[in-house]
Amino acid sequence: MEIHTYEKLWLALALVLIVGFIGTITYGAAGVGIEMIDDEGGTVDPATLDDHPKFGDPGVEKTGENSYDVYVVARQFVFEPGTTQPIRVPEGSTVTFYVTAADVIHGFNVVGTNANTMAIPGQVAKFTVEFDEAGEYGLVCNEYCGSGHHVMEGKLVVMEQSEFDSWYEQQQQEGSN
Amino acid sequence: MATASGPARTFVDRFPSEAGVIKANLLVSFVALGIGAFFGLVQALHRTDILRVIDSADYYTMLTGHGVLLAIVFTIFFLTGFFHWATARSLDRPAVSTLYSWAWFGLMTTGTVLATIAILGGLVPNLGISADVLFTFYAPLQAHPIFYIGLAMFIVGTWLAGADWFLSYRAWRSDNKGERIPLQMFMVLTTMIMWYLATLGVAVSVVFFLIPWSLGLIPSVNPLLTRTLFWYFGHPIVYFWLMPAYMMWYTILPKLSGGRLFSDPLARVVFLLFLLLSTPVGIHHQYLDPGIAEGFKFIAMTNTMFLLLPSLLTAFTAVASMEHGARQRGGEGYLRWLGALPWRDPAFTGMALAGILFAAGGFSGMINAGMNINYLIHNTLWVPGHFHLTVGTAVALTMMAGSYWLVPQLTGTKLYSRPIGLLQVIMWFVGMVFMSNAMHRAGLAGIPRRTAEPQYQNFEFLTPIGSIFELRVQIALGGTLLFLSVVLFLFNILLTSLGEESDRPVDEYLPEPLSGPEGSPRVLDNLGLWTGIAVVLVILAYTLPLAGIIQNGGGLFGGGLPIPATVSAGLDFVTTLVTTTVNTLLEVAA
Ligand code: HEM
Ligand SMILES: [Cu+2]
Ligand SMILES: [Cu+2]
Repeated sequence: MEIHTYEKLWLALALVLIVGFIGTITYGAAGVGIEMIDDEGGTVDPATLDDHPKFGDPGVEKTGENSYDVYVVARQFVFEPGTTQPIRVPEGSTVTFYVTAADVIHGFNVVGTNANTMAIPGQVAKFTVEFDEAGEYGLVCNEYCGSGHHVMEGKLVVMEQSEFDSWYEQQQQEGSN
Repeated sequence: MATASGPARTFVDRFPSEAGVIKANLLVSFVALGIGAFFGLVQALHRTDILRVIDSADYYTMLTGHGVLLAIVFTIFFLTGFFHWATARSLDRPAVSTLYSWAWFGLMTTGTVLATIAILGGLVPNLGISADVLFTFYAPLQAHPIFYIGLAMFIVGTWLAGADWFLSYRAWRSDNKGERIPLQMFMVLTTMIMWYLATLGVAVSVVFFLIPWSLGLIPSVNPLLTRTLFWYFGHPIVYFWLMPAYMMWYTILPKLSGGRLFSDPLARVVFLLFLLLSTPVGIHHQYLDPGIAEGFKFIAMTNTMFLLLPSLLTAFTAVASMEHGARQRGGEGYLRWLGALPWRDPAFTGMALAGILFAAGGFSGMINAGMNINYLIHNTLWVPGHFHLTVGTAVALTMMAGSYWLVPQLTGTKLYSRPIGLLQVIMWFVGMVFMSNAMHRAGLAGIPRRTAEPQYQNFEFLTPIGSIFELRVQIALGGTLLFLSVVLFLFNILLTSLGEESDRPVDEYLPEPLSGPEGSPRVLDNLGLWTGIAVVLVILAYTLPLAGIIQNGGGLFGGGLPIPATVSAGLDFVTTLVTTTVNTLLEVAA
C-alpha cells in the first residue's frame, strides 16, 4: 500500500500529539492529584432519603481541625442546603461534599470553579474542595431537571473563622434542642 | 479534465424507484430541518433575553424538539437517503426490493411522527401528552410512552434500512466474486456495522426499561444505568452523523474541487478505525457522574484521544485532495492555489467552510475530552458551542452543500440558483462564527446550557474579555442569520424540485482515486474480522462499569424511585383526552 511521505509525517505527528495529550492528563490525574468524581461516595436509597442519618438533615458538619463534611440534597428545584439557606463554610478549610438527588438527575456547580458534579438519584457524589479566602459563590443546577430548572440556584458563603464558629455553635445548639 | 466523460444518464433515469425513496427521505429530513431551525431561533432569542415569545416552561419543550428534530431526524433521514443513493450508485444496481425500501422508510417515518406528537403535545395544555425530557431523555424524567415507542420504531427502521444495503451488497458480491468492495459501499457497510453495535445500548434501555416504566409496568428504573446505556449509544451517534459528511469529503469534495481522491486504501483505514473506536468511549460523557470508577473514565479518555487519529487523517486527505484539484485547474504557489478553487460553486464552498469550522470544533473537542479540564466546562454553554461546530456545521452544512449537487440528480432538474446557494452557505458560516464563539466564551464564564433563563439572583456571571451582554447579542444575531440561512436553503431546494427537467442537470461523474484499492491489503475488506474486534473492544470497555452500576445502583431497576409527579403517562392520557373532548363538546353545545 502506497502512503505519501507527507502523509506518513502527518500520521507520526498525529500520534505524538495524541500520546502527548494522554500523558499530560495522566500526569494531571496521577501526579498532581486532581480529583475526579468516582464511585467512592457509594450509594443511597433515594426513597428513604429522609430517614438517612446524614441526608435526612443535610448540612455542614465539622470532622477535624480544619475539615468539614457538607451533605447536599438536590430536588426539584432547590438545593438543601444552598437555596433557602446558603451553604456556610469557614475560610482556609478543607471541605468534602456529598451530593445526591431525591427525584431526578440534577447538577451541582459552584459557579466559575471546577467544583462541578452530577447529582444522580441513588448515587452519592463525593469531592473535596479547599476554600482559601472568605467570599461568596453562586450555586447553579446545570443539568436540566424539569420545567423550573432555570430557577434552581443557591449560594455558598465562605465565612471568616470566628463568624463561622459562632454560627456553627448556634446551629449545634438549635439542633440539640 | 475527467468531467467530460461520465454516465450518459442522470441517476433518476437509471434508478427511478431508488430516486423516489431517496427523495422521500430527504423530504422528511428537510421538513425537520425547517422546524428545528425555527425552534433554534426561538431559543437563541429567549435565553439571551433579547425576545421572549414563549413561556419559560415551554422552552424545554422546544429544546427537546430542536435536539430530536435536528440531531436525530434531519441528520439520520439525510443519511438513509444518501446511503441509499451511494449503494445504488457505487454498485451500479438497484435495491433488491423497492417495496422493502418503502417499508423501512415507512417505519422510520411513523416512529418519527409519534415521537414528534409526544414532544409537541407539551405545547398544548391539558392534552396530557408531553415529552419534555430533551433528546437525552435521562430517567427519572419521564415522557409519554409514545415518545419511547416512536423512538424504538425509528431505530428498528434504521436497522432494516441497513439490511437493505447489505442485501444489495450480497447480490452484487455473487456477481462480482473476488472484486474489492467499491469505496462508497465499503463506507456504508462499515458505518452500519458500527450503528448496529451502538444502537444496542439505546434499544435495551428503551425496550426493557423505559417503555415498560412509562406504561407503569415496572415501578422504577436505575437512573445511572439508563444514562450509561444512553451514552453507550450517544457517542457513536456522533460518528453516525459524521460518516455521511466524511463520505462526501472523501468521495465528492475532491471531484468538486476539480481533482480526485488521494488514496482509496487510507480512506478505508479511516472508516475501520471509526468502526473500532466509536463505541468504547461513551463514558467520556460521564466524567462527572458518581458511581463510575475513575479507571473506567480513564480508559474511555484514552480511546477518545485515539479517535482523533482518523479525523486528523481525514483533514489531511481533504486538504491534499483540494490542493490536487486546484493544481489541475491551473493553481500554483504555496498558497496561491487556493484562489484556483471553484469558490462560486455552493456545493464546494459549503463543504470547504464546513471543514474550516470543523477544525475549530476539533480544538474545543480536545478540551472536552480531557477528563480534568472537562470539569470547568461540563454542561456549560461551551458544549453547545462545540457541537454546533461539529454536528451543527461540519455535518449540517456539508449535507446542505452536498444537496446542491445531489438533489438535481434525483429530480432531474437544475439547481434553482447558485448565487442564492452561495449566499446561504456563507450566511451559515458567518452566523455560526458569531453564535459558536459566543457560546464557547459564555461557557467559560460558567453559563449553563439547557436553561431558559440563565440570569440568576444570587450571583452574576463574569467574562474576562468583552461583556456578558455582548455575548448575548452575538448568540441572538448568529442564531438569526442561521435561521435565515435555512430558509434560503429550503426555498432553493423547493424551487429546484419544481424546475424544468433537464438532460444533464448536474455533472454527476465521480473520478477514480489517484491510488486505487488494488495495492492495499485485502484484509481491509474482511468485515467479519473487524466486526469481531469491535465487539471485543466494547465488551472490554463496558462489562465492568455496567456490572458495577447494576450491582451498586439498586439492581437493574433501581429501587423505590417515585414516578415524578410532573409528567403524566400511560392511561392517564386517555382519560384526560376523553374528559377534555367531552368538556369541549359540552361547551360548544352550551
Ligand atoms: C438555525 C440554526 C440553529 C440555531 C439558531 C440553534 C440554536 C441553539 C441554541 C441556542 C441551543 C442551546 C439551548 C440551550 O442549551 O439552552 C441549541 C442546542 C442544540 N442544538 Fe442547535 N441551533 C441551530 C442548528 C442546529 C443544528 C443544525 C443542529 C444539529 C444538526 C443542532 C443541534 C442542537 C442540539 C443537539 C442542541 C442541544 C439540545 C439539548 O441540550 O438537549 N442545532 N441550539
Ligand atoms: Cu436543574
Ligand atoms: Cu462523545
